Amino acid sequence: MAEEKDAADSLVSDLQKRITEAFEVFDHESNKTVDVREIGTIIRSLGCCPTEGELHDMLAEVEEEEPTGYIRFEKFSPMMTKVLLERRYRPISEDILLRAFEVLDEKKKGFLTKDELVKYMTEEGEPFTQEEMEEMISASVDPDKNIVPYKEYAAMMVVEDY
Amino acid sequence: MGCGTSVKTEYQGKKSEKAIKAAVLIQRWYRFYMARLEMRRRYTLNIFQSIEYAEEQAQLQLSNFFTFMIDHYAQMNNQHQGPDLISDIINSSKDGKKKLMAYETIEVPDSYDGPRLSFPLSVSDTNTLLHAFKQEKHLHARYVLQLFNEVKKFLKQMPNIVHLTTSFAKQITICGDLHGKLDDLLLIFYKNGLPSTENSYLFNGDFVDRGKNSVEILVILFAFLLVYPNNLHLNRGNHEDPIMNLRYGFTKEVMQKYRVHAKSILHLLEDIYSQLPLATIIDSKVLVLHGGIANTTDLDFLTSIERSKYKSALKPPRSNSERNNLIHKGNVLPIDGCKASESLDRPIGSSIHEVQHFPDKCLSSQMFSSSLQHSGGLPEEFRNGGILEIKYLHPSIPMPEMTPELTDTEQKEWKQVVDILWSDPRNQNGCSPNSFRGGGCYFGPDVTKKFLDRYNLEMLIRSHECKQEGYELGHNGRIITIFSASNYYDEGSNRGAYLKLCPDLIPRFVQYQVSKCTRKLTLHQRINAVEDSALRALQEQFFAHRSDLMKAFKEFDPNDTGKISISDWASALEAVLHLDLPWRTLRSRLTRLASDGSVEYMSCFDDLHIGKSIKEVQPSLVETLYRYKADLEIIFNIIDKDHSGLISIDEFHQTWKLFTSHLHISIDDSTIDDLAHSIDSNKDGSIDFNEFLEAFRVVHKFEDKSHYAKT
Repeated sequence: MAEEKDAADSLVSDLQKRITEAFEVFDHESNKTVDVREIGTIIRSLGCCPTEGELHDMLAEVEEEEPTGYIRFEKFSPMMTKVLLERRYRPISEDILLRAFEVLDEKKKGFLTKDELVKYMTEEGEPFTQEEMEEMISASVDPDKNIVPYKEYAAMMVVEDY
Repeated sequence: MGCGTSVKTEYQGKKSEKAIKAAVLIQRWYRFYMARLEMRRRYTLNIFQSIEYAEEQAQLQLSNFFTFMIDHYAQMNNQHQGPDLISDIINSSKDGKKKLMAYETIEVPDSYDGPRLSFPLSVSDTNTLLHAFKQEKHLHARYVLQLFNEVKKFLKQMPNIVHLTTSFAKQITICGDLHGKLDDLLLIFYKNGLPSTENSYLFNGDFVDRGKNSVEILVILFAFLLVYPNNLHLNRGNHEDPIMNLRYGFTKEVMQKYRVHAKSILHLLEDIYSQLPLATIIDSKVLVLHGGIANTTDLDFLTSIERSKYKSALKPPRSNSERNNLIHKGNVLPIDGCKASESLDRPIGSSIHEVQHFPDKCLSSQMFSSSLQHSGGLPEEFRNGGILEIKYLHPSIPMPEMTPELTDTEQKEWKQVVDILWSDPRNQNGCSPNSFRGGGCYFGPDVTKKFLDRYNLEMLIRSHECKQEGYELGHNGRIITIFSASNYYDEGSNRGAYLKLCPDLIPRFVQYQVSKCTRKLTLHQRINAVEDSALRALQEQFFAHRSDLMKAFKEFDPNDTGKISISDWASALEAVLHLDLPWRTLRSRLTRLASDGSVEYMSCFDDLHIGKSIKEVQPSLVETLYRYKADLEIIFNIIDKDHSGLISIDEFHQTWKLFTSHLHISIDDSTIDDLAHSIDSNKDGSIDFNEFLEAFRVVHKFEDKSHYAKT
């Protein structure tokens, strides 16, 4: 019993250290706060893969009653510990990502055209910024053929590195 | 959110719903992926920066060791003339002046196809220079010497703090560190135009070191300075310092490019450095200087000092005879083993006490006898990793204890100069010693505010720190860091930037990044490349501290399973390396996990081995040699007067002993003998030290890591 409890404690303390580390990378002023716009990067870099909608829910939990534009560590850490312990927002598997591309590739060409990609990302789905779109194009579109060989692109995104 | 499904038929609705789901899923993955990339981008810069500052600390310590070594080496070898180059650099010697005038007698051969200058310089000369340097031609030593000589004369009449106004040229462009990166300077000129009466520039120090083209950068800046003395301005940086140049490459560059005249050029530069203005004030509102300020920084006082005394800001101003005195009294740099963060609150007296324990031993005449005991390992201070932490410029140490020959005014003066060249802003209030770099101060927003208000200034513009975006604002917008060397650590590590000030004094930033590749790399590829090189640098640190790390790992692993928890692994690394990095985040890049989620710590060293195995010597010695490779290279160069690349076994032996005793490493005589003989492969009694040092390059076994997907 006691041993199990110790193990659980050490798991929690280890998670908390990971959270602290990730938070500190963005805590430029070393005052235990980060810009609210960077919270998504922190959450995702800790291995969570929420939608923007889900991210907003998480943010709502940690934001001050009067939003300051900053998130405090003491609010962020317990929320994040809980999320990680409960293994919520785990990334869905690689096959499913590939299948999502296949759904968009209605004619089963094995690729999407650049226009198709832009259309789906900006008209379907959640709001997608111009900047995000440009970055995605630069990384996914084969510049010679102007198409997205999505199999390769999906494989690049899922590289396990966390 | 973009889900307008209401007017669609049921079939289309279903289809569209599927598409929305698919799109959302892809977006989720995309953002997940981008966040991890962003994290890697951030910690990559952290890695480079923490290693750089750790090295700077070591360098500051070493600067005093050079002075120390030169004196003692000369003493030990009375029959020899002491090695002269470095002592000439460090001390202003009288015959240096004689050499300065010699450029008239240097012949430029007809076969020389580089640029030719005619004095007084005009715009056509600067154009010639730019054109020739783009084609990678060198400027002949004769012209370099003449140019530098003219610049020295020009700078002599400049004040310590220059006052400029935007009202004539309408705008002034401020550039930060260039560090020998000619491509960045050329790109700035290309984007922003050449200096002219309508286009003023202020270069805020650190023109030299690190990059390959420090000579060319100085030549261009100095030539423009002479052509447009009212429109090009220079502030001194912490690298405009002969002792820094020894370690960070500029001395070597000059020696390679100008074999015969290197010495005269370096001499002249010493004078030029010391004549560079220390700061510039624009429209009485904006202060521009290289590093920063301390709570004691006093502009009125700085205006009045004799700046030419500070050929190097790393040593107190004093004459040769005084310096010798000082050393014999045991007043070399104090070193202690405590972490600087602990020392901040420590009463002054206790620091002093600890600081003293080492120099005495170091200076005892026994250092060359064979009394060094063989301890089979490294001494305690060494294992704690604290031996290179210095208090040399530690403001909490009263200067009189260190340098009793200096008067109060002289000490104050020295500190004022060091502070503005070396300090960094921090977001915590207050002013504390810059323990990370080892020199200057950290100053907070309160210090900035008080200082600027006192002098009725609006803003402080400084450089000195590499920033990912090339610039950064801080202290409620009252302090700006501007850094102009893009790809400073490696291709892709950071952007460079310059800023323009118009009479409204609102800074306008321009960012850029020099790129060697014709094809634009994706963010993914760029980050992979630069992260790779950061991790490599980190693994080299692992290698250099291998025994210490192994010891720390094993303390967490009493049963010798080869595995420890991630937390233990991270604390062991931090305890040994003091790099303050997000170890857990980096973990997957550095080591393997066992199936139970613990770290197989030996895998930290998997990818590394030394180029050539020197079997005769003990592993800890190999490690030590590796760690101090750069320092040893400088020392060997001091001894190698004729730059032949060869030193005698005897010289090698003595240097190594001097060095190890300075660092307080116990290695017995026979080990050093074995080492010396093992590298004298042809047994002719001399050592090719370049080859020797080359042997201590860490080879990365798996240059192309399979887990980095390349697109």
